[in-house]
Amino acid sequence: MTAETRASTRTWRRPPAIANAYLRYGLYVVVAGYFVWAVTSLQLSWERIALGIPRAVTIFGRAFPPDFSRRGLMIDGFVESIQIAILATALGVVMSVLLGILAARNVVPRAVYLVGRAIISVARSFHPVIVAIIFVKAVGFGPFAGILTLIVYSIGFVGKLMAEAIEEIDPGQVEAIRATGGGFLKVLAYAVFPQILPRQVGLSIYQLDSNLRASAVVGIVGAGGIGGTLMNSFRRFDYDFALAILIVMIVIILLSEALSGRIRKGLT
Amino acid sequence: MTAYRWRRYTLSQRLLRFAGYLVTVAVLVWSVSDLDIYWPWVWDAPVQIGDLLGRMSPPDLSGWRAIGAALVETVHIATLATVLSLVLALPTAYLAAQNTTPNRATLWLGRLIVVSTRSVNTIIWALLFVAIFGPGVVAGILAIAFRSIGFVGKLMGEAIEEIDKRQVEAIEATGAGRGKVVLYGIVPQVLPAFFAVAILRWDINIRESTVLGLVGAGGIGLILQGAIDLFDWQTVATVLIAILGVVILGEFVSAALRRRVL
Repeated sequence: MTAETRASTRTWRRPPAIANAYLRYGLYVVVAGYFVWAVTSLQLSWERIALGIPRAVTIFGRAFPPDFSRRGLMIDGFVESIQIAILATALGVVMSVLLGILAARNVVPRAVYLVGRAIISVARSFHPVIVAIIFVKAVGFGPFAGILTLIVYSIGFVGKLMAEAIEEIDPGQVEAIRATGGGFLKVLAYAVFPQILPRQVGLSIYQLDSNLRASAVVGIVGAGGIGGTLMNSFRRFDYDFALAILIVMIVIILLSEALSGRIRKGLT
Repeated sequence: MTAYRWRRYTLSQRLLRFAGYLVTVAVLVWSVSDLDIYWPWVWDAPVQIGDLLGRMSPPDLSGWRAIGAALVETVHIATLATVLSLVLALPTAYLAAQNTTPNRATLWLGRLIVVSTRSVNTIIWALLFVAIFGPGVVAGILAIAFRSIGFVGKLMGEAIEEIDKRQVEAIEATGAGRGKVVLYGIVPQVLPAFFAVAILRWDINIRESTVLGLVGAGGIGLILQGAIDLFDWQTVATVLIAILGVVILGEFVSAALRRRVL
């Protein structure tokens, strides 16, 4: 009888995600401690946040309505960004294929593989804007620095996936070409490339889309394209023109995403 | 018997391919010729890049204390911004998922937030927030957080759309209100996706927060910009190595977390 009544008064509780109570509360303490440390060490000033609110209102007030009147400047900027993206994709994909071969465990010696992997890792680790700032200092302002930046950016992404694609190929075809007496280049041309080509075309189109996004910002540090125009309008407090650029940027990115998605779907 | 030559593609396929090549070449030629490239600089580039690398070595380690502090700040920015973006993105995901959004207008609102926050680059968000809150980490955290809303919102929205709706119906059948349905019917189903997305975005955000300083929004970028402005290339090299280290460390930590949690 007592067991029955006890059962009816018991309420169900959700089982906790971590069963061990010590571990659970320990984790809570660690997480809370981290946040206290992070927030206090960053010296966040609530006063300044409060001061910012009216400034935000002013900026947004001045940004509306967006000013599309300086169409020529905008078109020039976007065309330059698109051209940078196209050239960087073409050159970047070629270099990615070369580096992808160097970074594929199954076609090159181990020492070469490690060097190839290291180059790709370094290219991946740096944000395009940081790469852009270095190239602007090295080769001067303008779209050439932007192209170099996006080549590095492409290598980081396409090179890595290319290397992985090559590592996943069917070794039978490689052996078959080797058995006919084909050298390294023949193996690449007849056994490796035909197997990775479909992947590579899809990746190139994807990267064109990515490069277009990135090309819009490398201009902020002087590497050509619409980013420079945006930066200037921001510095001159032309927030209405800046908003117009941002709107067009979002529309172009959406269009390019939809287009690249459709082409990639059509290819496979 | 006329000699029959085997061809892999039909005539129309070959023409289509040829047209494709032609268009590609034409676009490339147009880009090269139309771009405002100063060619002497291009031919000079390998020498200049080599020269710069020469001036960078050996890296100057004397400023390691400041660089270390800036790296910690960068990681803090990334972590706090990831948490903030999760808080902001979950309601967005709720609106942007077709099966939970209250009506069509909220669905489009959710999608608008996802698309616009995702398409505006971190550094542009940082410019905006520096203009509003002044230079500093607040602008940096907000920039990273806003940039992440779309990414997290999109992936979480997709996770919500893929849930098993029988569990939701079961909770509804017990007479639970909307809040309880979300808490007991939806949250447990999307929790694994939530942790996966949070870890992935934290990893990306470490990389993103290294650039904030270039527009004055805190972190290691501030030291990088300072060293570049002073042509102190040896310190630039140290900062770049430090960034490489923290990004790779972030990748290891997120890989370890992923194995643990998922």
